[in-house]
Amino acid sequence: MMIPWTGLALGILFGVILEGAGFGDPGCLTAQLRFTNWAVFKVMFTAIVVSGILIYASRALGLIHLSDIFVPSVYFWGTLLGGAGVGIGMAVGGYCPGTSAVAMASGRLDGLLFLIGIGGGTLAFNAVFPAIKSWIYAQTGPASITVPQLLHVSPWVVLAVLLAVLVTISWLVDRAKPASPRTTVSPFTPAGTAQPKH
Amino acid sequence: MRAVNPRPRWNPYLSGIALGVVLFATFFATGHGLGVTGATTAMTAVGVASVAPHAFGAHDYLAAYARSGLNSWIVWEVIGVIVGALAGSLLGRRFGPQIDGPPRVRSFGRLGLALLGGAASGFGARMAMGCTSGMGLSGSAPLAAAGFLFLIGFFAAGVAFGTIFKPLWQRKSIS
Repeated sequence: MMIPWTGLALGILFGVILEGAGFGDPGCLTAQLRFTNWAVFKVMFTAIVVSGILIYASRALGLIHLSDIFVPSVYFWGTLLGGAGVGIGMAVGGYCPGTSAVAMASGRLDGLLFLIGIGGGTLAFNAVFPAIKSWIYAQTGPASITVPQLLHVSPWVVLAVLLAVLVTISWLVDRAKPASPRTTVSPFTPAGTAQPKH
Repeated sequence: MRAVNPRPRWNPYLSGIALGVVLFATFFATGHGLGVTGATTAMTAVGVASVAPHAFGAHDYLAAYARSGLNSWIVWEVIGVIVGALAGSLLGRRFGPQIDGPPRVRSFGRLGLALLGGAASGFGARMAMGCTSGMGLSGSAPLAAAGFLFLIGFFAAGVAFGTIFKPLWQRKSIS
């Protein structure tokens, strides 16, 4: 059997990072929805800005072409209402699909139940798919449209705006409640030097 | 049983930088980003088809997933996520068998909420053709309009329902 080793290796890194960031904890995840903890926003927005800069810098250097990578198209109602479904799932169940797998792997039985629920939701979608497919999968605009194309601006303008939003909101929430050195630590700190959290 | 004396979590900005680099490496190596529900959909389809071989007709949404089987990049990636999270939680002394969730709900209710939330999430991810990872993160990184549209729906509905469920989470210090 051919095993796609890049999938396994990149998946392991993805799992280590999500768990290290605290994303196996439903309290941490849903606290973002109540605006009492901003870790979800900080991690996701930083990741989007960093990978966006790397993607567009690689394109500028001729290392990759945007047509070589998967850029999803807009299916307005499917994309928007589907996002809402995943958001409701997090508020009700405490996770999104990836974080429920992380929760299960770090010992949480409710993470396993969330994954079983995903299976149920998938079957429910299969059951109603013939009735809803014509309007949820109606493509809006050109295929693989990006925000820079939509707004007729350079991708660097969009990346600069995203970076400015990240820095501004992070500065505001960190000023309101400074991150305690005891609650977070650099992933590069040698083992044993970190302050235990009580 | 919660983890005893767990190591602190990583700094969110450093976690985000690490995640951004891994996501870029994924695009560079494979041409697509990181996802999760491609695997849960394949597992659901193959699982049901193995119990009931005639469950899906040719026009069923899940028919193609049942035919493709489980030896795919995304399934191995999710196996990696589980291995990585297990290793990370053990090394960080954060592993602990437990039922987690809102402190104002008893264990049985928490498991019910997890099941219900999972169903909403699974249905939504098929509608959007991706979840928070596959559409929100991996769609927004190349600046796809679809990725940001997903995140708008995700946070708007999440905050609305998060506010409704807020009383269930009181009396717990957020760390």
